[in-house]
Amino acid sequence: MLEIKNLVKKYNTGDLAINGVDLKVEKGQVMALIGPSGAGKSTLIRCVNRLENPTSGEIWLNGENIVKMRSRKLRRARRNMGMIFQEYALVERLTVMENVLSGRLGYVGFWRSFLRKFPQSDVNAAFGLLNKVGLDAMVNKRADELSGGQRQRVGIARALIQNPDILLVDEPTASLDPKTSRQIMRLITELCEENQLAAIINIHDVALAQMYAERIVGLRDGKIVYDGSPDDLKPDVLTEIYGKEDWTAVRKRKPKKDQSEDDITASEEHLAEMQ
Amino acid sequence: MAETLSSSPKIWQHRNRNQQLLSWLIWLLGTALFVVCWQKVSESTTWFFVWDAPRIAADIGSRMIPPRWSYINELWEPLWDTLNIATIGTMMAIVMAVPVAFLAARNTTPSTRFVRPIALLIIVSSRSINSLIWSLLLVSIIGPGVVAGIVAISLRSIGFIAKLLYEAIEEIDKNQVEAVTAAGGSRLQVLVYGIVPQILPAFAGISVFRWDINIRESTVLGLVGAGGIGLQLNASLNVLAWPQVTLILILILLAVIFSEWVSAKVRHAII
Ligand SMILES: Nc1ncnc2c1ncn2[C@@H]1O[C@H](COP(=O)(O)OP(=O)(O)OP(=O)(O)O)[C@@H](O)[C@H]1O
Ligand SMILES: [Mg+2]
Repeated sequence: MLEIKNLVKKYNTGDLAINGVDLKVEKGQVMALIGPSGAGKSTLIRCVNRLENPTSGEIWLNGENIVKMRSRKLRRARRNMGMIFQEYALVERLTVMENVLSGRLGYVGFWRSFLRKFPQSDVNAAFGLLNKVGLDAMVNKRADELSGGQRQRVGIARALIQNPDILLVDEPTASLDPKTSRQIMRLITELCEENQLAAIINIHDVALAQMYAERIVGLRDGKIVYDGSPDDLKPDVLTEIYGKEDWTAVRKRKPKKDQSEDDITASEEHLAEMQ
Repeated sequence: MAETLSSSPKIWQHRNRNQQLLSWLIWLLGTALFVVCWQKVSESTTWFFVWDAPRIAADIGSRMIPPRWSYINELWEPLWDTLNIATIGTMMAIVMAVPVAFLAARNTTPSTRFVRPIALLIIVSSRSINSLIWSLLLVSIIGPGVVAGIVAISLRSIGFIAKLLYEAIEEIDKNQVEAVTAAGGSRLQVLVYGIVPQILPAFAGISVFRWDINIRESTVLGLVGAGGIGLQLNASLNVLAWPQVTLILILILLAVIFSEWVSAKVRHAII
């Protein structure tokens, strides 16, 4: 459904952010994209919906090459890709309802959207989605009055009302607490399953990725270094993706000052564990 | 490792030696310039008039009281003209300044190479000419009267409004714009959904602020024949009718207080 061929993205600044990526995502497949900061995760998904223009390569969505598209066709293609942002990217001064309906802009003409006269079917869909993400009561609140978790729910509803084939999700939980993070990830994956949506989810939290994604792709320095199931993500693979680190270490309690002998044994234990 | 660190402490200074020297030099030059200028001004001043000023002022002051209240019936119309000059002038300026602002803002201009410089030129030329000078020009072109005042005010305000507005446009959060773009919105839709909501408070604030300024500016335009209460002020000054001048000044003060009050209310309502 989505196929990326030999994608390269070099920014004007000279940063080679994506360096020859080949990737295929099937219909309904939820994929997590992990990798260290600066690996090119955001760049990759921003190339897919052409918020950034790739330097070279091809991106095929439903049999059409997105890289070649010009304005009108590109708008049509973008309708099929819902994007969810780390900082939510809601239009702060618009209401929750207006934000959700803005997901329909690719379908609705200018004057209708300007006068906020969206088709009744769109309004119904918006109410339905807001109900699903648990925000019925917030319809007329302004986006800047919501908490982070609530905002991300609005962001999810806005992406889904596009009726997309694929979700492009950039660190959806990076600004949220652990519990809300899980709830948001569960919501996204459930909705994907329900609607047969594919998803590329950029995420820093490896545990969360393993929990909710069926496939994990590791990116490092603009190249794919791992592509497989969450269960095979062993420490040596993590080292390959992120660089050397003690992946199994658990935080030790700080030894008390007067127990200097215990201190030594503690560090010995630590050494033993690392081997 | 620790020893080498402690043996050669690293020095940190806000300014290094050259910068310090430069700053001293600038201060010295500034002071010298001030002294020279003071002497020039002092030479060309007739100090007798200056020492005499308090007496003259007191004299005029005593003639200004009490205001000639009956004169007010001749002032309602010019006052109304003044308010109209400011209001209509501001509205015309807004209509012309908004497109200019979008053409001047780096993130909305169709071309940074060609269109943006033109928009910036419009802004600069409008801002560099005072509305009194615009009036002088316009009175000689379209003749004296309210219309000249309105056009002068609007020409002067375009630059002011467009400049502040384009700065507001350049400061918007681009994530919100990207979100609307990513949903497949057209350029116009991105404008209306992604940009306009973000700049609306700034826009309203700027407009009302300029209207407030224009009320004050339009009170003097009459001095050069561009209509409004300044016309009466000029006439009264010419015949040394001090009690009338007092009344006009009181009226102007009230008008300015009124406009300040309105703009404060509006700004409060939007933010
Ligand atoms: N707009 C830009 N202009 C120039 N260089 C950029 C731009 N955006 C990203 N880069 C560079 O491209 C590289 C990849 O950045 P990218 O944001 O895609 O990484 P990331 O994997 O999303 O990182 P993070 O996990 O921190 O979000 C980095 O070296 C970065 O400096
Ligand atoms: Mg990123």
